[in-house]
Amino acid sequence: MTSMLWIQSGGCGGCTMSLLNAESPGLLPMLEEAGIDLLWHPSLSEETGAEATAILEAVCAGTRPLDILCVEGSLLRGPGGSGRFHVLAGTGRATIHWVRDLAAAARHVVAVGTCAAYGGITAAGPNVTDACGLQYDGRRRGGLLGEGFAARGGLPVVNVAGCPTHPNWVTETLMLLAGGALGATDLDPFQRPRFYADHLVHHGCTRNEYYEYKASAEKPSDLGCMMEHMGCLGTQAHADCNTRLWNGEGSCTRGGYACINCTAPSFEEPGHPFQETPKFAGIPLGLPTDMPKAWFVALASLSKAATPERVRRNAAADRIVVPPTIRNTGKS
Amino acid sequence: MTATAPTRRLIVGPFNRVEGDLEVQLELEDGRVRAAFVNAPLFRGFERILEGRDPRDALTVAPRICGICSVSQSHAAAGALAAAQGIEPPANGRLATNLILATENLGDHLLHFHAFFMPDFARDAYAARPWFGAVRERFKATQGSSLRRAVEARTALYHMLGLMAGKWPHTLTIQPGGVARPLDARDRVRLQAQLRSFRRFLETHLFGTALETVAALTGADDLDRWRTEGPAGDFRLFLALAADLDLAGLGRAHGRFLSHGAYPDGAGGHLYRRGVVVGGTPHPFDPAEVAEDHTNSRMTGRDRPHPPFAGSTIPDEADTDGYSWCKAPRLSGLPAETGAIARQLADGHPLVRDLVARDGGSVFSRVVARLLELARTVPAMEGWLQALDPAAPWCATAPLPASAQSIGLTEAARGALGHWLRIEQGRIAGYQIIAPTTWNFSPRDAAGVQGPLEKALEGVPVGDEGGASLAVQHVVRSFDPCMVCTVH
Repeated sequence: MTSMLWIQSGGCGGCTMSLLNAESPGLLPMLEEAGIDLLWHPSLSEETGAEATAILEAVCAGTRPLDILCVEGSLLRGPGGSGRFHVLAGTGRATIHWVRDLAAAARHVVAVGTCAAYGGITAAGPNVTDACGLQYDGRRRGGLLGEGFAARGGLPVVNVAGCPTHPNWVTETLMLLAGGALGATDLDPFQRPRFYADHLVHHGCTRNEYYEYKASAEKPSDLGCMMEHMGCLGTQAHADCNTRLWNGEGSCTRGGYACINCTAPSFEEPGHPFQETPKFAGIPLGLPTDMPKAWFVALASLSKAATPERVRRNAAADRIVVPPTIRNTGKS
Repeated sequence: MTATAPTRRLIVGPFNRVEGDLEVQLELEDGRVRAAFVNAPLFRGFERILEGRDPRDALTVAPRICGICSVSQSHAAAGALAAAQGIEPPANGRLATNLILATENLGDHLLHFHAFFMPDFARDAYAARPWFGAVRERFKATQGSSLRRAVEARTALYHMLGLMAGKWPHTLTIQPGGVARPLDARDRVRLQAQLRSFRRFLETHLFGTALETVAALTGADDLDRWRTEGPAGDFRLFLALAADLDLAGLGRAHGRFLSHGAYPDGAGGHLYRRGVVVGGTPHPFDPAEVAEDHTNSRMTGRDRPHPPFAGSTIPDEADTDGYSWCKAPRLSGLPAETGAIARQLADGHPLVRDLVARDGGSVFSRVVARLLELARTVPAMEGWLQALDPAAPWCATAPLPASAQSIGLTEAARGALGHWLRIEQGRIAGYQIIAPTTWNFSPRDAAGVQGPLEKALEGVPVGDEGGASLAVQHVVRSFDPCMVCTVH
């Protein structure tokens, strides 16, 4: 059996709420079938109060071996380094101290969600709580556990980043760890599992034809590409949201709104309104990943000139007003 | 002076199977709770994160306050922005938003009952009760058959959110002017099929009969009959254990209830009416009567009440007197309880009115109100789906004013949620949020008046169990607390 413990720190709990939507199999059967023994999870377990604290203490003392520690939520170091903005209920002790001790005891440490990975939304704005991630403070390595941290099993913190995480990013990471099949080379430079982070949200986006012709949505509910005006970062965001899909057949772009690159460190401070594309001389500032700027500009102006009437009109409509032509219908 | 038993003080926490972090300090005397002090031990500062940003960013930031009430936070933000912009969504936008919000709220009710509330009755302390075998088999934490089936049913229900809202939680589909995701006739039949599956789950496993039969219940006598001769299902099992343990006699708070009104009807009203109910009498709700008290919060500004438009969120790092990060919202200077029970009371549903008239708000009536709402809301959703017009528009737009002051009110599963927005020079100058559990789990105010949970815990029998008392757990969970929203 692989033992697992889940701690919630300064977050919204949404990664757990999302995880409960895991499918084929669902979360609870998946854990059983993967041989993962859930020592405690704040949203699911029977034990409360002193019973729960006793489990945490036994892990810290080494009397209950821990294979996987999952941490959800930012680590709140404030005020003044005390961590008192988040005291673990019933213990009088700041959660950051618990997490340091538990991480030292665990064979693997998993940051579930962008908050635990990099600080996330809680670190936005003035960052009153001095929030950070387990091994990152935004884009900078360090965070609560420090740049040099490696769990007992040898891996640094595994960052299952996302706001929220897709349930199966988490379940698949857990199954890989339980099966001994996730190594250092399976993590990208931000320590995200490559199985989902080596894809771009752009891959499989249903608005790709609009993107190709720079036929753009101008307001919410328009069908066109959201890169030019609506703040979409799908061409730069590392995740498989449009090939894996969410809650059945969803994704952000399919839901009608921009990808905000929520798997990336510091996504919470894009430097512009989330739903608006920053531009210089009419050209979007963020370029598609790996695309040279000159080529982007040249291709964009060429493709804009070549935009079919159908694509141009549909892009700024909330339904298909011009369907694709069918040739050889047999009708004159 | 008479001799009294010594008072014991103890701290209970972490409370599991609530959303977020909760600690309760209890003073015990003669085997009962003499006083309770509720502490929300996590502060993140979302109101500060929002200040200075482009107002539209509230649509991205506010939902991330909470992973369980995410859509309701989104809805409140969109409502505040719409009021500032002076726009109203077209009918399709309003209907789709109602559908998205209702889906989240029903999923929350389902998860609360099966995975958060009921597993406490499957604990070994109840092994001698006649219903224990069935409850353990169905509701044992992480294992029970009904619990697992409900998690699956929720996952399937949330496919409606994948289709209508892209994903859950943290969608951006809900906009001030409507929704960003148009739906066509195919989408509608798919959604209808998904909702029918959910109805079938409820009718087969939870109630054992048609939802309309549940919605037609009129009083405690009906529930007594259901308990003895009603259809087999988890509802009847709950009625049996509730009668055995007298859950109707447990957890009474102040008897003042607040609902912002849920699911706008496009004519200025709501599916579930807005209002305040005190002592069984309905009153209109006036947002101007809301203010927050910082006396026992670890926040600066203890010298005055804070109407939300003039509110502040400045943690007092040197504070040693406050016992919670939660502020104490008060309506006309007094606490109020919110949630499905308040919604159904304000809406005048006869069943909840009768239960509250007999025993006040209690563990029993709070849970019954939630289950009733499952039965009442699904048919309303079926109507909204039918009313969608694929040929009509989905989203209106309008420019943002450089300055404005506006409110967005909605109902999360667990009760009244409000966003108070001030825009100056095109940026957010103030953003104050009062969430359902801010109301329910507030600390004492300047007058020493307890928050609803603090009141509800007084007198709860704990026997020799002290902090391990399951009665305390039942009272706490009967509110379906969301602690991450509470302080935000």
